[in-house]
Amino acid sequence: MKTSFKLNGKMVQVETAPDATLLWTLRDALQLTGTKYGCGASLCGACTVHLDGIAVRSCMTPVSSVAGRSVTTIEGLAGEELHPLQKAWIEEQVPQCGYCQSGQIMQAAALLKANPHPDRELIISYMNGVLCRCGTYTRILKAIEKVSKSGKQ
Amino acid sequence: MNNKKEGRAHPMSRRQFMLTAGGFSFAVTAGAIAPRFLGDPEPAASSGDQQLTAWVKITADGKITIYNPAAEMGQGSMTALAAILAEEMDADWDKVTIEYSPVEPGIYGMQWNGTPGGPMITAGSRTVRGYYKPLRQAGAKARYVLLYNAAKKWGLPQSGLKTDRGYVIDPAGGRKLSYGEIASFAQIPPSVPEINEQDLKKPEQFRLIGQIIPRYDIPEKTTGRAKFGIDFSLPDMVYAAIARAPVYGSTPELLNENEVRTSDGLVDLVKMDHGIGVVANTFEQALKAKKRMQIRWSGEARAKGYDSVEDYKSLELLIRDENKKGRMVVDTGDAPSNIQSAYKIYEREYRTDYLYHAQMEPLNAVIHIAADGKSAEAWAGTQAPDTERNAIAKVLGLDESKVTFHNCYSGGGFGRRQEDFSLEAAMLAKQVRRPLKLIWTREDDIQYGAFRPMSLQRMEAGVDRDGHLTGWQHRIAGPDNRLQTGGVRMNYYTIPNQQTEHRVSHPGVRTAFWRSVGHGPNKFAQEAFIDEIAHDLQIDPYEYRRRMMKDLPRHLALLDKAAALSGWGKSPAPGRAYGMAFSDYGGSYTSGVVEISLDQESGQIKVHKVWAAVDAGVVVQPDNAIAQMEGGIVMGISSVLQESITFKNGQVQQSNFHDYPILRMADCPESIEISLMPSSLPPTSLGELSLPLMGGAITNAFLKLTGKALRHMPFTPAKVLEVLSK
Repeated sequence: MKTSFKLNGKMVQVETAPDATLLWTLRDALQLTGTKYGCGASLCGACTVHLDGIAVRSCMTPVSSVAGRSVTTIEGLAGEELHPLQKAWIEEQVPQCGYCQSGQIMQAAALLKANPHPDRELIISYMNGVLCRCGTYTRILKAIEKVSKSGKQ
Repeated sequence: MNNKKEGRAHPMSRRQFMLTAGGFSFAVTAGAIAPRFLGDPEPAASSGDQQLTAWVKITADGKITIYNPAAEMGQGSMTALAAILAEEMDADWDKVTIEYSPVEPGIYGMQWNGTPGGPMITAGSRTVRGYYKPLRQAGAKARYVLLYNAAKKWGLPQSGLKTDRGYVIDPAGGRKLSYGEIASFAQIPPSVPEINEQDLKKPEQFRLIGQIIPRYDIPEKTTGRAKFGIDFSLPDMVYAAIARAPVYGSTPELLNENEVRTSDGLVDLVKMDHGIGVVANTFEQALKAKKRMQIRWSGEARAKGYDSVEDYKSLELLIRDENKKGRMVVDTGDAPSNIQSAYKIYEREYRTDYLYHAQMEPLNAVIHIAADGKSAEAWAGTQAPDTERNAIAKVLGLDESKVTFHNCYSGGGFGRRQEDFSLEAAMLAKQVRRPLKLIWTREDDIQYGAFRPMSLQRMEAGVDRDGHLTGWQHRIAGPDNRLQTGGVRMNYYTIPNQQTEHRVSHPGVRTAFWRSVGHGPNKFAQEAFIDEIAHDLQIDPYEYRRRMMKDLPRHLALLDKAAALSGWGKSPAPGRAYGMAFSDYGGSYTSGVVEISLDQESGQIKVHKVWAAVDAGVVVQPDNAIAQMEGGIVMGISSVLQESITFKNGQVQQSNFHDYPILRMADCPESIEISLMPSSLPPTSLGELSLPLMGGAITNAFLKLTGKALRHMPFTPAKVLEVLSK
């Protein structure tokens, strides 16, 4: 099955099995490995990407469902410069193993796009679906609050 | 390298050179032993002007490459090790790049019991501790060689020269040479003196050690560019999944092979003792074919019928049997008779369930066997690359030197990332003979996990009239002798007459190192027991610990620091309580306090705040040390409040994050405050130090809040309600 969609700003066409998921299509067919496999069941959020600007779990998103739509992955988040969240992630030294961080950043970026100044409660409820085993949550929160307060996004 | 210039009759092997020359050299062209991936250009052929190096390479453009021998799985040591070397070399940190070292344990192995060249294992929080001295010496030797060459060039005595951030300086002549310039003409001196402690920098001269150095790996971990093992791919690669024994030790028989072989994209099926591998063109095709397999499992598996909840009953019989003797770990004085004759005797039992690692990157490996079958190359994130390489070599019937293993970033390790995945990938590739990537699904990762063993711990103690401990007995029962006695010694409390023993059970399930290993369960039992005794004696648990530390100023200072940070002694907000605990790990010490509340109706405990003071000797990377403490605390709370693996009929009952929940952001403490104690002692362990605090601190806060003790981890709402109703 052929599917065409916009990926990080450019049109792409992929040939996959009819029921292929966006996650494995991104990682293996399109070689964008920044999006991670963690659970395959929308339980951990490591595979989070943006679909038309909204955070979705790519492990449960059939690639057929993104035809004609726009997908942004962690590789496509930065423009000329890093996204303010990526900068804040570096400033706050957030990642440890780093495996979940693509998902964390994409989830946070979708939040700030919809609501540039979320309060702490909203951040926590929005970020709660993305797991981090290294325990970087307090730094993730700090980094998001930093961007939200700076008004840079 | 240039043996002739050294005037040797016989050329030395590269390995000999690196060992004898102290592990440094220069490269004016690309280094051939630098890690290389398939598809990279071939390194330049070895020539007279090329020098190869073990730990550090300098090129004429001034770029300094430092080789990292340890796994990078989130603990940050790849930055720390490079900083240690760069410090003594007086290198310009901005010019440093870090690469994984080749898998050569003879050169890059851990300093083990004082001897370098042990295994290349990243475990036990030993990395910075173990490599601190050899890397300082390697850095100092590299600096010596730079000084030697500059002195020769200028025709000056070496003693008059200095170094500063990447330059050799001639103060008298007002000249300087950059390290890169020196690399373009440098020669290895005929001999390099031994570096002694007095030749190294004094702590007040440190420019990198103890400063906030941003972690080298963090930028690429925010852009998706960081390559984990699971991210590697090769041309013409196929994908594999394995259906493994649901009861460990049973063997498979595929009942519908013909049907499964018709699956879309199927490349091959591989029968193994412990499972059946499915190899397909895409990973999703492999998963689909795996689902179609009907497998009959048989064989005399020891774990058959095993029930881990019921197992506590057999462990009770095992631990309470006064005629049995297990393995004695600590035996000082005469604990039994001093307890018997004590003014008051205490007895308690504590339980901990099996735990799963839940590293976010499921296990995986990529392997490629050369077309002639005479060599192989593999990629994976592992804590033990040499073990991995050797296992692959064994499966393929190759000499170890014919297997090139590339360690990759690990998406979490926690003790799990070693052993089985590379071995399995080799077994699959041996039959399939294509470049192959094996991925464990999350379900595979949990159901064929290797767990922190369950434990039942029986504590007995006696006190005199004043409440002083006069004897202490700690018995541990559980399935793994090597994993369950860590942390039983408490050299930070003065307790006479101690006895600790382990009694082993044989459930036949897989167990493994799990962050902090024995310290997690054992510190929980010790610290909870101490608070229960203090509670009964109506002594403040902080004061009670102070009494046992009165002759131990280093530990007392730490205890006092954590108490001061938390404001111990002040009244907490209504419905809240403080609990404290003390722990050690790998020569480091920590004291922590938690503030908790309890939802009486649901039984849910919430940890609001955590304070911890740390004494870990010289801290190479303070901010990373704090991050490690924070991470251990969060993982600790997770394991204490909600994690449990159970077996029924020999099978793991959990399968993904819905039934093996790990802590989410909403359940994370609002604040974690870490204080690092200044020290001039050599660095000691950090990665596993804070986790063991949480079991004791949380149950101790609960005891303060409710007057009742939680003695079975995890403290789930159901267990909390049960304890409250008693």
